[in-house]
Amino acid sequence: MTESAAFWLPVVWAVLAASAIFLYVILDGFDLGIGVLFLKERDHDHRNVMVNTVAPVWDGNETWMIFGGAALYGVFPVAYGTILPALYLPILFMLLALILRGVSFEFRFKMKSARSQLFWDASFCGGSIVAAFMQGVILGTLVQGIPVQNNVFVGTSLDWVTPFALFCGAAVTIGYALLGSTWLIWRCEGELQDTMRRVSYTLAGLMLLTIVAVSVWTPQLHTTYMQHWLEWPQLALVLPVPVAVVAVAGALFLGLRNRKSHLLPFISTLGLFFLCFSGLGINVWPYIVPPTITIWQASSPPSSQAFVLFGAMFLLPVILGYTIYSYYVFRGKVTAEHHYH
Amino acid sequence: MFGLSALFLARFQFAFTVGFHIVFPAFSIGLAAYLAVLEGLWLKTGRSAYLDLFKYWLKIFSVVFAMGVVSGLVMSYEFGTNWSQFSQKAGPILGPMLAYEVMTAFFLEAGFLGVMMFGLNRVGKGLHFGATCMVSIGTLISMTWILASNSWMQTPQGYIIDEATGRFLPGNWWQIIFNPSFPFRLVHMGLAAFLSVAFIVAGVAGWHLLKARREDRQASEQVRLMFSMAMWMAAIVAPVQFLAGDTQGLNTLEYQPAKIAAMEGDWESEGRAPEILFGIPDMENETTHYKVQIPLLGSLILTHSLDGKVPGLKDYPKDLRPYSPLLFFSFRIMIALGSLMVLVGLWSLFLRWKGSLYDNALLHRVALWMSPAGFIALLCGWITTEVGRQPYTVYGLLKTSDSVSEIALPSMATSMIAFVIVYFIVFTGGITILLRSFAQEPHSGEEGPSEHEPHMSAGTTQVSHHPHNAGLAE
Repeated sequence: MTESAAFWLPVVWAVLAASAIFLYVILDGFDLGIGVLFLKERDHDHRNVMVNTVAPVWDGNETWMIFGGAALYGVFPVAYGTILPALYLPILFMLLALILRGVSFEFRFKMKSARSQLFWDASFCGGSIVAAFMQGVILGTLVQGIPVQNNVFVGTSLDWVTPFALFCGAAVTIGYALLGSTWLIWRCEGELQDTMRRVSYTLAGLMLLTIVAVSVWTPQLHTTYMQHWLEWPQLALVLPVPVAVVAVAGALFLGLRNRKSHLLPFISTLGLFFLCFSGLGINVWPYIVPPTITIWQASSPPSSQAFVLFGAMFLLPVILGYTIYSYYVFRGKVTAEHHYH
Repeated sequence: MFGLSALFLARFQFAFTVGFHIVFPAFSIGLAAYLAVLEGLWLKTGRSAYLDLFKYWLKIFSVVFAMGVVSGLVMSYEFGTNWSQFSQKAGPILGPMLAYEVMTAFFLEAGFLGVMMFGLNRVGKGLHFGATCMVSIGTLISMTWILASNSWMQTPQGYIIDEATGRFLPGNWWQIIFNPSFPFRLVHMGLAAFLSVAFIVAGVAGWHLLKARREDRQASEQVRLMFSMAMWMAAIVAPVQFLAGDTQGLNTLEYQPAKIAAMEGDWESEGRAPEILFGIPDMENETTHYKVQIPLLGSLILTHSLDGKVPGLKDYPKDLRPYSPLLFFSFRIMIALGSLMVLVGLWSLFLRWKGSLYDNALLHRVALWMSPAGFIALLCGWITTEVGRQPYTVYGLLKTSDSVSEIALPSMATSMIAFVIVYFIVFTGGITILLRSFAQEPHSGEEGPSEHEPHMSAGTTQVSHHPHNAGLAE
C-alpha cells in the first residue's frame, strides 16, 4: 500500500503541479502580454482599456505562481531546493520585474501628472517584458539540464546564459504578447481591436517559427529527449503533437482573417500553448530536475503529499469555481472611459 | 557579529524583504476587517457616511493589497533561493502549510478582490458584502497558516527526523499546527494588525480634524466617525494586546528562555530578579552596561511572582546566545509604544465622556504623530521574536548556518543591490500614493476605486458614474 502510494502520489502531484503551472502560464501570460504590447500601443486611452481588461483579475492570476512555489516547496522539496539556487539570478530578476509591473498596475491610475504616468507605464511595460523573458530563460535552463550532486546544485551562477535558454526567453515573450493581443481582440472593439488583429499576424508568425526552432533544438540536448522521438512506443505519444500544432495554427490564422471572429484567435493561442507545454512535458518526463532527479527522488514523504492532496481535492475545484465567477462578473467588451474625461 | 559573508547577506536580504513585506499583509488584515465592518454597518443602518468611509479606505486597500501580493511573491521563492538546505529539510512540514495557505487564503482574497473593488454596481449589495467578508476572512486564514508555520519553527513538535537525510518528516499534523506557541502568537499578531490599522485611521482623521480647525470649519461627518471608531479600537484593543503580549511572554519563558534572557539583558539566572529599564548589553564581556533597574520587577513581570527564577544568558554556551543588544531595544520600543497606545485609548475615553473628543487639538496631534506607532511596534515585535530564535531556524534543531544555500557572494550581492533599488522605487511610489490619498478628506458621495472601473457592454445594470451619484448611498 505505502509502496504504491509512494509511486502514485508523486505522479498525481506532477500532473497537478504541471496543471497549476500551465494555468499560471496562460492566465498571467495574457496579462504580461498586455504589458509587452505597451511597446506597440502608445495611446493613453487605449492603454487604459488594455489594463482595464485585466484589472479585476490579475491578483488571482499571479496567485497561481505563488501556488506553484508553495506546492513545489511542500511536495517536491528537493526540486525546490535545487532549481531555485541554480536559477537564482533569473528568478530574482523575474520576481523583481513582477513586483514593478504589479504595482505599476495600481500606480499608473493614481498619477496626476503625465510624466509620472509615463514613468509607471514604462515600468509596467519593462517589468512585463523582463518577467516574461526570465520565465522563458528559466524554462530553457531547466529543459537543458541542471548539474546536481547529492541534492545540491553544483553549477555556476551564470549557467543560464546559453543560446538555448536565451532563445526560450525570447520565444516566451513573443508567445505572451500573442496571448495578450488575441485576448484583447476578444475583449476590445474598434480601433484598438483592429491594431491588435494586425499585431497578432506578426506575432503568430514569429511564434510558429520559434516553436519549430525549439522543437528541433530540444531533442539535441539530451539523448533521453531524443529517444522519445525515435523509439516506438514513445513516438506514438509525441507524434500527434506536431500534427495538432499545424491544425491549431490554421485555426488561429482563420480566426485572425475573419473579422467577425473575436474569440477564436485567443482560443487557438491557448491551444498552441497547451501543445507546446505538453510537448515539453513529454520530453522531460519523468525528470523534475533534468537530467538527474526524477519526481520520485524529489518528493517529500507520502504523509506530506497526501496531506496537501487531501485539501487540494476539495479546495482546487472551489478556487476554480470562484475564479470563473469573477471572470463572469467582469465579462463583455471593455470600452474607453470617456465618461470621466 | 558576522563578517560580510554570503550567510550574512542571505540573512540581511531575507530580513530586508520580510521587513518590507510584513507591514502590508498586516495592513491588509486590519483594513479588510475594517472594510467589512464599515460595509456591514452601512447595510444595517443605511447611514451613508459608512459607505463613504468604505469607499475611501477601499482605494487605500487596493494599493496596500497589491504591495502585499508582490512583496509576498518574493517570499514564497526566497525560501528556496536563500535557504535551500532549510527548504529541503523542513519542506515536508512547512511546504504543505504554505500550500494550504495559498489554497485556503490567497486564492480566496485574490478571487473576491476584483468583485470587492469594482463590483459594487455589478452584483447585488448582499453579494458584494459577501465578497468583502471573503477577502477579510482570507486575510485572517492566511495569518493563521503563516503563524502556524512560524510558530512551528519556534516551538517545533509533531515531527520525526529522518535518519538518512536529516529531513523533518511530519509525524502528527495536529501537533505540528497546534504547536505550543501558535495560539499566543496568532492572537498577538492579529491584535497587532488591528491596532496598527486603527492608529493609521486615527492619524488620518487627526490630520483632517486639525486641518479643519485651522480652516475654522467643522471636519466632515466621515472624519469624525472614523476618528471615533479608531479611538474605540485603541481604548479596547490596546489593553487587551498588553495582556496577550504578557501571556506570550510566559509561553516564551517556558519554551525559549534564552530569548527572554536576551530580551531582558539578564546574564545571571536568579530569583527576585530586577527589571532593567535601560542598559546596553555587551555580548563580548557578558554584562549589561549603564543599568537602570527596578528591584524585583523582573521576576514579577516574567513569572508573576516576586521570587520567580529568571533565566540568564550565561546559562547558555556563547555560540547559542541570541544577540541581546538588538533584542533588548526592539523589545523595549515595542513595550513603550504599546504603553503609549493604551494611554491614548484611555485619554480618548475620558475626552469622550467629557464630550470633547472632536475638539481636543492635542489628542488629534498625538493621534497624528502616533499613526505609524502600531506598525513600528509590530516590526519591533517581529525582530524580537525572529532574532531571538537565532542561532537556529528550527529552534534547537537546525542552525541558521546549516540552512543557507550555496549561493556565491557576488550573486547574493548583485541581487541585494537589485532588491534595494526596486524596493526603493516601489515603496516610495506606494507610500507617496498612500500619503496623497490620506491627504484627501473623506466626504459624502465618495467615489471609490470605480474611477477606473472597467466598462463592460454586457453584464448587469450600469449605474451612471457621476461623482455624486446617489444610486447606492440611499
